[in-house]
Amino acid sequence: MQQTAATHCRPVLVFPERPVTLFVQCLADSLYPDVKKAVEKIFDRLGIDVICPKDQTCCGQPAFNAGYRKEAGKTAARFIEIFGNAETIVCPSGSCVNMVRHHYPLLFKNDPKYHAKAVDLGRRIFELTEFLVDVLTVTDLGAAFSGRVTYHDSCHLLRGLSVRTQPRRLIQNVKGVVLVEMKDSDRCCGFGGSFFLKYPDISRAMAADKVRNIVDSGADVVVGCDMGCLMRIQKQLIRIGSDIKTLHIAQLLTMAG
Amino acid sequence: MQSYIDEAEKAISNPVLQTALANLQERLGKGAAAAYRNLPEGPGLRLKAHDIRMQAINSLDVLLETLAERVEKNGGEVIFADDAAAAVSACREIARKHGVRAVVKGKSMVSDEIGLNDALSADGIEVTETDLGEYIIQLAAEHPSHIIAPAIHKTRDEIGTLFTEKLGISYTNDPPTLTREARKSLREKFLAADMGITGCNLACSETGHIALLSNEGNIRMSTTLPRVHVAIMGMERVAATLSDHDILLRLLARGAAGQKMAGYVSHISGPRQPGHADGPDHYYLIILDNGRSRILADERFREILCCIRCGGCLNVCPVYAKIGGHAYGATYCGPVGAVVTPLLSGVGRFSHLCQGETLCGACKDACPVNIDIPRMLLELRSMLADGDASWQVRRNSLLEKAGWMIWSWMMQDRRRYEIGVKLMKRIFP
Repeated sequence: MQQTAATHCRPVLVFPERPVTLFVQCLADSLYPDVKKAVEKIFDRLGIDVICPKDQTCCGQPAFNAGYRKEAGKTAARFIEIFGNAETIVCPSGSCVNMVRHHYPLLFKNDPKYHAKAVDLGRRIFELTEFLVDVLTVTDLGAAFSGRVTYHDSCHLLRGLSVRTQPRRLIQNVKGVVLVEMKDSDRCCGFGGSFFLKYPDISRAMAADKVRNIVDSGADVVVGCDMGCLMRIQKQLIRIGSDIKTLHIAQLLTMAG
Repeated sequence: MQSYIDEAEKAISNPVLQTALANLQERLGKGAAAAYRNLPEGPGLRLKAHDIRMQAINSLDVLLETLAERVEKNGGEVIFADDAAAAVSACREIARKHGVRAVVKGKSMVSDEIGLNDALSADGIEVTETDLGEYIIQLAAEHPSHIIAPAIHKTRDEIGTLFTEKLGISYTNDPPTLTREARKSLREKFLAADMGITGCNLACSETGHIALLSNEGNIRMSTTLPRVHVAIMGMERVAATLSDHDILLRLLARGAAGQKMAGYVSHISGPRQPGHADGPDHYYLIILDNGRSRILADERFREILCCIRCGGCLNVCPVYAKIGGHAYGATYCGPVGAVVTPLLSGVGRFSHLCQGETLCGACKDACPVNIDIPRMLLELRSMLADGDASWQVRRNSLLEKAGWMIWSWMMQDRRRYEIGVKLMKRIFP
């Protein structure tokens, strides 16, 4: 994992916005703390205060996708309790935002206590690049990185939240970056949450296709907006002995030359 | 579960199959996407088609009744079959009544669903598949591995050897030569057949006709040359009006093969009428339920009945691209098979199908009628997680349930969550 050289970053834009509340997402919270730091740095540079509720855990997506709706519902209810009063929630993961925005209303469809709250919450939670580009209309964070970057469209971000151009615009505006498109950037990497654990061979075969396209693109770095996908891709890159690095977009956007 | 994994592994380690599947997706999957973009009404027509299909599904009883009336008025006979056994026995009875000794078949997935070929063969009737892919599969005594490209798993070398063995021709792996040989052999079968059996791409309630699409012309020959024509349709394959029917056929051809329209389109409304030059003397339409009413009755899954079996979802699914059709172990494979096979043949028995998908959503975007397949995969997973009395589904695994209960308990508290995180770091160092 490349380190961010954030000490050289200067605030590029200052917004008199109200604070945002950060939902870190469990993979970034646990395995990839650099991603959390990078997100905080982005808001710091924009002059926006970040509130990070200390009690937060998970949105419930793993259990929901595995079919365990009671367990997912309990976790989701807790999420609503913690984030329900936040004005704006930002999360560096497309699939978690997709979970809250599109699956919470379904999960609580027979629960009068939480249903309205769930629908309401879905309107106030944003994936990071979606928030930066669509809400704040920021497309240049003043970052710099010299190299060829390819972008992986994660499934839920692209097909669930229709976010395709926002990350690309942010990447293209990083000084020194050449964005090279890989073939089939919108094809699943083979992660699929529990799929990756239950069907490791199929997952690996899918990841092998994805990584072949990444290698063929000639990129030095593959950037994505979901740590699940990047974890799967990274595992396969290591497996084939490639020196292509994986980076969460927040990490790229906080790099300075 | 194990057979899914074993068959998947076999497919993954077969480089020829992997190339064939990749080429199929490159050509048909991307072709369909381009064809939707080039629709005169714009790609939004898929959403309209979804509404058209849902409305038809919601008034299926009325539409089918009208369809049956119109077919009968045109001199055809309609048979409602509750299950596979009833449909098969209706076909056997028709064959017996008309003294049928030889049958030619147009490509029909529903006939594979009910196991028709074996039953007719057991009665001493010669059954010949006339779609080139299906013919190859029949000669090899295999099952289709794709809804519209049934022999995608066969190499041309394998087909050359098969034709040498079964048709007695000298070995060649040249596709045009092999096609010519199949055509020669099939032409004789067409001329000798007493009965043609086809599926039905889409019926139209307003007019009482059925439409059949093909690119080889074999279906037209199966429906016009023999003196008896039997068409079998799943009960959901009906459009209310001719204008709905038109929209759906155009989307079907696009979804299936990126075509504006298939090479041959047959509209069949009954047997030969006085003054007609050709056509069968007798026409039967079998409308098959075989578990579809049960799907219709469940709001969660009703949407899957919108499917018009174009196979478009197979052409974009990243899982299908790796494991091929046979791993699904059933007539209907790919994303649509992952939903419809468990519902028709047992959710518990086919539990691996809904779990062995990544929920990437490519199938929904490729669907000509915009069916939300991932939503239904999630519903099936939920049935397996906690059991479902209405479908006689038992909980898949008590151990797994216990695991998720512990997971949920850990997620209710930040300190417990942090312990979980530490455990995760051990699993994924």
